[in-house]
Amino acid sequence: MLKSIVGIVLAIIGAFAIGGIALHRNEPINALWLVTAGVCIYVIGYRFYAAWITARVLTVDATRATPAERLNDGRDFVPTHRWIVFGHHFAAIAGPGPLVGPTLAAQFGYLPGTLWILFGSVLGGCVQDMVILFMSTRRDGRSLGQMAREELGPFGGFAALAGTLMIMIILIAVLALVVVNAMKGSPWATFSVFATIPIALAIGLYVRSVRPGRVLEASIIGMILLLLGVAGGGWIDQSAALRGMFDYTGPQLAAFVIGYGWLAAIIPVWLLLAPRGYLSTFLKLGVIALLAISILVIHPELKMPALTRFTAGNGPIFAGKVFPFVFITIACGAVSGFHALISSGTTPKLIGSEADVRLVGYGSMALESFVAIMAVIAATLLDPGVYFAINTGAGVVGADPHTAVATITGWGFPVTADQMAQLAHRMGERTLFARTGGAPSLAVGMASIFSSTFGNRLLAAWYHFALMFEAVFILTTIDAGTRVGRFMLQDFLGHFWKPLGRTSWYPSVLMTSALIVAGWGYFLYVGVIDPNGGINILWPLFGIANQMLAAIALSVATGILIKSGKLRYSWVTGGPLAWLAIVTTVAAWQKIMSPDPTLGFFAGAADLASKLASGALPAARAAVAPKLIFNQQLDGWLTILFTVIVWLVIADMLRVAIRAARGLPTLASSEAPRVARMPAVGGSGS
Amino acid sequence: MTFAAAGVVAAGRACWRVLRALSGDDAYERYLEHRAVTHPEAPLLSRREFYVGEQQRKWGSINRCC
Repeated sequence: MLKSIVGIVLAIIGAFAIGGIALHRNEPINALWLVTAGVCIYVIGYRFYAAWITARVLTVDATRATPAERLNDGRDFVPTHRWIVFGHHFAAIAGPGPLVGPTLAAQFGYLPGTLWILFGSVLGGCVQDMVILFMSTRRDGRSLGQMAREELGPFGGFAALAGTLMIMIILIAVLALVVVNAMKGSPWATFSVFATIPIALAIGLYVRSVRPGRVLEASIIGMILLLLGVAGGGWIDQSAALRGMFDYTGPQLAAFVIGYGWLAAIIPVWLLLAPRGYLSTFLKLGVIALLAISILVIHPELKMPALTRFTAGNGPIFAGKVFPFVFITIACGAVSGFHALISSGTTPKLIGSEADVRLVGYGSMALESFVAIMAVIAATLLDPGVYFAINTGAGVVGADPHTAVATITGWGFPVTADQMAQLAHRMGERTLFARTGGAPSLAVGMASIFSSTFGNRLLAAWYHFALMFEAVFILTTIDAGTRVGRFMLQDFLGHFWKPLGRTSWYPSVLMTSALIVAGWGYFLYVGVIDPNGGINILWPLFGIANQMLAAIALSVATGILIKSGKLRYSWVTGGPLAWLAIVTTVAAWQKIMSPDPTLGFFAGAADLASKLASGALPAARAAVAPKLIFNQQLDGWLTILFTVIVWLVIADMLRVAIRAARGLPTLASSEAPRVARMPAVGGSGS
Repeated sequence: MTFAAAGVVAAGRACWRVLRALSGDDAYERYLEHRAVTHPEAPLLSRREFYVGEQQRKWGSINRCC
């Protein structure tokens, strides 16, 4: 009774907040509206929709022993308290994605991104994470690829694996591009990001040799060193002699990140990856908490309109209309296929009671979605003119500040060269024009939020702290991703020649690491030399790849639901699947077929080729044009490949579903048989 | 007064325990406990061996996302 009253009150407040957000026009709206709408929607989704799914659709059985209880080995399988699992799972899923995507999507205004983040998560992303977590828990922690193979067939399994490897390459490339663009021409940012590497190495040595395993104290020391690194960067930036040592161009930094990525993938985990994993987790949780508190304290007004003229297409940050591209640009924070890889495999082995999947699966994703809402706020509290000046590539608005501000002001977002120069000066940067990738604009937003909360000083330090914070966990994703990509490649190559599959055989380790690094390094390099900033091409490709992975995960989930006789509930995952299939296919169709050179990959390549042939390009751009032409064609073919894979998986799922619905034999369920919980064992989860 | 102080101490302890569990700071103690129950006779890894092995295992699969 009380529960339903609370629910009704929340629903009314939430409806008010959403209505407020949607109907506010031509006057600034306060960020608290977004926060209120978000909290209400997440709570309603969690208390009602998720509860209904766990009770009716999944029929969660809290008396059934989980794999952590049955197979408890004290290492992989450990029944763990649900809030601890929640923390681990959240730390694993929340990367830089939910910060970057919403920042870029703010070119449409605050409304489309906000609505998609809220409804996409409670109806799609949270459901996907929870259902996959539950299904993997019922199957002894099988990975998504294994579940696809065992429940749908070998093709589904192969597609999931190939999709994972491809998305990993694109993901690492785009994140590396974000970091490179953030450091480009900024000695302060470059120093504080470089400093994180020796700090992580020192912490790695400390926690292995000086005080083995004391990760908490090591992390605290590391955090202090990271802050000193940011302060040191400011000092170096002031010194005319030293700042030149950390002032690099995009291609130089790209070469550095590529070399670093290769080294990081082949040195022992304890030396670099593990300690930086700890540091980035602490930073991430700390910054998210700080950001939430600061937004509540200063509750800023959003200066971006609800909808901009770019909803009709022709956006300067990325091309395409609001449908389907807002749904592609914001993947993490609404629906992220990558989460299905975390929800299967590692996390299920810690689940102490099936009843915990709602908190861990649905709850963690709701929190990540809230992080995305905060990113929307940080992007849209900036003057729209400033936001566009930072995020638009020089190839779109011109390299000269005066041309750039004139173009942006002409779009209806007034900004002056003076204003930008002052802002850059206050942030301790030479320039903030054309700092594409989302990180600098997010850092400006975060610095404004933090400095207003903690007194209007140290703006530049907050800005570089925010950049360092983003860079630290992007680098973690780069290392971890390269390493996992290497394992997957070794596993694959091992089928052809056994020694290649051995993860301890150094020649194979060096070669497969180099192959993975070459894969993402290529996309990174092309992105860096692209005068339009590269993000405009790479981010949509990443979004399509990530949503494709979500479609594969949701296909597996829908197939399993139908096979287990729950056809009438199959819309729970089938609905989000249908939506993602439509969105990805329409987006892919436009990226492939559109005659608009800013939107279509092949049209872009053809346009550049004809300009090159007619000699219309300036020498500097003509020199890189052949690479850009090849890259756009490659991206076009990759998009075709992604789309074909998704539809083949969906067709495979439908084949299995139709057979199951007709009562024809299908592959036997790989669900582990039910074992009753021992009352004394585990117990931590409930 | 003492009652309140005891409450604060207890809350602090609880926070510390959660923090240690979340960060994996207590992993070795948990390993020792687990081994004491399951294989009391088998030789134990040292703190350092355990830590290095744990990290190798932990980062051998996908455990970070975008």
